[in-house]
Amino acid sequence: MWSWLTKLASPKRFYDLAMAWIPWLLGLAIILLIIGTYKGLVDSPPDYQQGESVRIMYVHVPAAFLSMTIYVIMAWMALVGLVWRVKLAYMWAKSCASIGAVFTFLALVTGALWGKPMWGTWWVWDARLTSELILLFLYLGGIALRQAIDDRNTGDKASAVLALVGVVNIPIIHYSVQWWNTLHQGATISRLGKPLIDASMLSPLLIMIVAFFLVFLVAVLMQVNNEILERESHTSWVKQLLGMKLSNDR
Amino acid sequence: MMQAFLSIFKRDILLAFRHRSELANPMLFFVLVISLFPLALGPYPEILQQVAPGVIWVAALLATLLSLERLFREDFMDGSLEQMLLSHHSTVSLVLAKILAHWCITGLPLLIIAPLLALFLGLPSFSWGGLLASLALGTPILSFVGAIGVALTLGLHRGGILLSLLVLPLYIPVLIFGTGVVDAARMQLPFSGQLLLLAAMLVLAMTLTPLATVMALRISVA
Repeated sequence: MWSWLTKLASPKRFYDLAMAWIPWLLGLAIILLIIGTYKGLVDSPPDYQQGESVRIMYVHVPAAFLSMTIYVIMAWMALVGLVWRVKLAYMWAKSCASIGAVFTFLALVTGALWGKPMWGTWWVWDARLTSELILLFLYLGGIALRQAIDDRNTGDKASAVLALVGVVNIPIIHYSVQWWNTLHQGATISRLGKPLIDASMLSPLLIMIVAFFLVFLVAVLMQVNNEILERESHTSWVKQLLGMKLSNDR
Repeated sequence: MMQAFLSIFKRDILLAFRHRSELANPMLFFVLVISLFPLALGPYPEILQQVAPGVIWVAALLATLLSLERLFREDFMDGSLEQMLLSHHSTVSLVLAKILAHWCITGLPLLIIAPLLALFLGLPSFSWGGLLASLALGTPILSFVGAIGVALTLGLHRGGILLSLLVLPLYIPVLIFGTGVVDAARMQLPFSGQLLLLAAMLVLAMTLTPLATVMALRISVA
């Protein structure tokens, strides 16, 4: 188990493995996206209260789910980087930051689009919206810190510390923001307890969540691979690889 | 260890008192920002009283933010910070001393001047207790959490705006509960719940943030 993990931490091995996995993951993501979109937009019933606009949920909820999951993954990678000094973990953390910010932005935009027909306004200062906005600020702060630091190693470590501080703070921020009475509905899917949502809506939602997660994985693997090529450009295997590509292009 | 803690604490306080004008600046800023609001919103006591908790707390947040940089910057510039990190004393206790001294210099004056500002904004005198208690528990949290941000942006040019980007989102819980206390006090409602939450956050910040700050300092100074 451990030898397998340490092997995976080697950039070259990771690069090869990721390259082999990306097409499969991408294919699966596209298939699930098509199925989920079809089931969500055509095959599932409109909501008895919200009508057709409930279908925004099939994009909004996966995006919001990922925005938080990615932050946790980023913080975990930051911890792995700081504790075990795995350089690959820093590359993961860096890639997660930008992708996570995109998903957070997507969740905010789809939330606003959903809020307009439902609540009659694009934006309300409700607990979940506000914590999502703060999450975006946390992502952007991390990205800004990394960009401000010229030295790559220092930037990696500094943003790792910031990610860990952020992950400790997220629950505090979340619960303090909930202090206000909220317009947003409560969580629909909980792992304990029976879901409050009908199966006809739950299945496309779950498919979309898995599909979005796969899209994230593909994006992060591609970005980490780019990062590997850039940071390891002094090594012979990267030179060889790029040299091969260059000669193929000619 | 206690001796090192005390000597750093005394040194920072002494240094601050040698620059008296710098000592007064955060307080002056606090008063100035707050006196802008009646000018912007109009001199109506009902409106001012209603926005007073938020205005005071936002001003306290900004005043702390502006004074944060001097927590480590000068020591970083003249190299004494490096010596502290290299010394055989526990770095966490040294950082703790610096943060506490910083709070005494920048946070405590806000508390002293706060009743005057409450008067400006027409907060009834029975709410002053809540205001002072919330500031007493809340502003140290701002110093503790802010220290991490300062430590992370230490070596950077133009770190100031970046510092606010990093730190302000983390200040939001303090802002919510701080204004919550003052708002409840203003309406003569019980506010011990919010106050206890602020106290809990202070304990958490006091125990955890020095560790993160030391780590960030080691990264920035190395």
